[in-house]
Amino acid sequence: MEQTSILKEQVAPGAVMDTFQYDNTIVRNFAIASVVFGLVGMLVGLLVALQLVYPELNFGIPYTSYGRIRPLHTNAVIFAFVGNAIFAGVYYSVQRLCKTRMFSDALSKIHFWGWQLIILSAAITLPLGFTTSKEYAELEWPIDIAITLIWVVFSANVIGTLIKRREEHIYVAMWFYIATLVTVAVLHIVNSFELPISFFKSYSWYAGVQDALVQWWYGHNAVAFFLTTPYLGLMYYFLPKAAQRPVFSYRLSIVHFWSLIFIYIWAGPHHLLYTALPDWAQSLGTVFSVMLIAPSWGGMVNGLLTLRGAWDRVRNDVVLKFYVVALTGYGMATFEGPLLSLKNVNALGHYTDWIVGHVHIGALAWNGFFTFGMFYWLFPRLFRTRLYSKSLANAHFWIGTLGIVFYAIPMYWAGFTQGLMWKQFGPNGTLQYPNFIETVNAIVPMYALRAIGGTLYIVGLIMLAYNLVRTAAQGKFLANEEAQAYSRGVIKQNHEGDFWHRVLERRPVRMAVLALVAILIGSAVELIPTWTVKSNVPQMASVLPYTPLELQGRDLYIREGCNACHSQMVRPFRSETERYGEYSKAGEFVYDHPFLWGSKRTGPDLHRLGDKYPDSWHYHHMLEPTSMTSGSIMPPYPWLVDDKLDVSNTADKIAAMRTLGVPYAPGYEQKANADLQAQAKQIAARLKDAGIKADHEAEIIALIAYMQRLGTDIKKAPASQP
Amino acid sequence: MIRNVLENIGGIEIYPIISLTIFFTVFSTMLVYVFTRKKKQMDKMAGLPLEP
Ligand code: HEC
Repeated sequence: MEQTSILKEQVAPGAVMDTFQYDNTIVRNFAIASVVFGLVGMLVGLLVALQLVYPELNFGIPYTSYGRIRPLHTNAVIFAFVGNAIFAGVYYSVQRLCKTRMFSDALSKIHFWGWQLIILSAAITLPLGFTTSKEYAELEWPIDIAITLIWVVFSANVIGTLIKRREEHIYVAMWFYIATLVTVAVLHIVNSFELPISFFKSYSWYAGVQDALVQWWYGHNAVAFFLTTPYLGLMYYFLPKAAQRPVFSYRLSIVHFWSLIFIYIWAGPHHLLYTALPDWAQSLGTVFSVMLIAPSWGGMVNGLLTLRGAWDRVRNDVVLKFYVVALTGYGMATFEGPLLSLKNVNALGHYTDWIVGHVHIGALAWNGFFTFGMFYWLFPRLFRTRLYSKSLANAHFWIGTLGIVFYAIPMYWAGFTQGLMWKQFGPNGTLQYPNFIETVNAIVPMYALRAIGGTLYIVGLIMLAYNLVRTAAQGKFLANEEAQAYSRGVIKQNHEGDFWHRVLERRPVRMAVLALVAILIGSAVELIPTWTVKSNVPQMASVLPYTPLELQGRDLYIREGCNACHSQMVRPFRSETERYGEYSKAGEFVYDHPFLWGSKRTGPDLHRLGDKYPDSWHYHHMLEPTSMTSGSIMPPYPWLVDDKLDVSNTADKIAAMRTLGVPYAPGYEQKANADLQAQAKQIAARLKDAGIKADHEAEIIALIAYMQRLGTDIKKAPASQP
Repeated sequence: MIRNVLENIGGIEIYPIISLTIFFTVFSTMLVYVFTRKKKQMDKMAGLPLEP
């Protein structure tokens, strides 16, 4: 109120306020979509969690098997639950911070429906096995293009709103939104470079080490610019709103912004420590990851201190309670991230459930709880009423918190236990637990507990859904909210000599360009050197392209999402070379479009799998894993035996690979299927010798061919060293 | 292709050094910028979300 009176004195004589309306419909729609898809995505998450305890829940059919629906879970919660929540919050706050309606209602609608269509197509294509295998970027190229278009629509809408705004100044939340728009666009486009083979199949433009580096530059920054920066923007708006007091330090928020976007972008290589990635890139990743702790904690402290002197309100206001846990979760996750990027910590934590625990602290506490707080605050305002039940919201808070605890602790426990077991040597210098399955069975009880934690969290979400539905029912939706403000320029500003202020804080496009420059510098330094393949990837003469049958088998591996549970990257530790064999070299992956290093070892590493077992072992194991390894939690793949391999695309695949630089001889695509048949018959013959009557045209033959090839090239020529 | 153009970049070691230099420069400039703002202006900015 005093604010307005100060402003009035500066207003030019005779000026009148504009009256206009905020669009609440778009906010409501995104919020509903977020809750609905949140429920779906988390239920799928619960199913995959339970599959690790009861493998029967894979149901023996393709569409529900773990490797296919785990990406469905991650995509649903990231892009559908969190994505829609971001859009709801952004559409609400941008209009009010700019004191204008959105630039275009049509763009808002296209954005909404376009995004829901993308989600729907993801929900259909992922279970069908159409996937690029790249984590959080699994969707195939037509959907990638759709995402790009819709993102442009969203960006145009927000920037257009900024340009027609009535408020002179651009509040820090808007900066976070602008950085999000710009960076997500860059990340998505660069990581989605792929060569289409057909409407639902493409090969990554990059191979091996390069592909891995681009992917984790993307993966890491998707966490930064989809799960973090937009939420920080929301935090800087909705936290002061709910607390009814300005943010603790505006200066700190500016430092927070610039250092966060500048440092985050460099930290990607920490996902690839001890891999075949060049050392300097690994070290760069570690240094910047450790530095990240400063801006992250700066942001958390700024948020928490906004509540200073209002802690009594926190006790009574459920919205603030959710925000406090969200910020605490943010602080924990951003402390743990840098910790995990230290090489010796990473050596233990990587590939284990520790990482799963880590991301869920971020997802459940930071994103989830912030979203819940925001919706509990928004719905009564959108529907002009009070929250239907405060006590139900309180119950949600407690059950949700309990859910997080029951999720996180078992995962940390499982991660430490298994990580240590993998590394444990016995008194006589051999591995204490040479059978991988022992290390799995030791933590299955933790998987069960985790599923309980997840269930509690979902129960909380159902309580929220019910509460919001009842709130909506008892209120009356205000689709167009009237507001008044002076046009920009009517209020006299007194900023003589304040050049930078004008340049930065009042020029959205310039802000966008600056943010773009900041992230591009980081990206360039990280990516350019790795694009200079020859200097970074030692060439190995014995490494040859895959045979056509192996290539087809590799695509089955991708289709089934085996990489969700299996890595293909033996790290240079004695515990790993002892267990798996020679550690992996960068030069071994030069024909891998895409790379399949994986990020989680629910099952053992497969890079040195070739020649380890006879073909018949694989045949039985794929059909029924427990028949070969008792207690296995790997899903069975009976359809690979029944279904015939589609060889109609072999020629296209070979030609595409050649375009990408794989040295198949010119014209080889014409002969490829003949070679494929010949190799398939050999394998079928070997299986027959072992007493298995297998159709040489069955898919499983191709998969076996691929598995038997894995990691064998360097064994052929022991002389070639990197 | 882009790869071939860039293939000849030598002295990879310089990259981390460049990174840290750029970072340091940008970071200090930003700090100077932030701490030369006037308090009144900062308070005004901080108050923006509280307007209806
Ligand atoms: C739910 C996670 C999961 C998925 C998905 C999965 N596996 Fe496994 N896999 C395991 C586990 C656990 C083991 C260890 C127990 C065993 O041998 O069955 C294993 C073992 C293996 C082994 C034996 C490795 C060795 O060195 O003993 C092979 C080969 C294998 N998996 C191949 C595959 C292939 C191919 C796919 C995809 C079609 C796949 N797995 C999908 C979990 C998984």
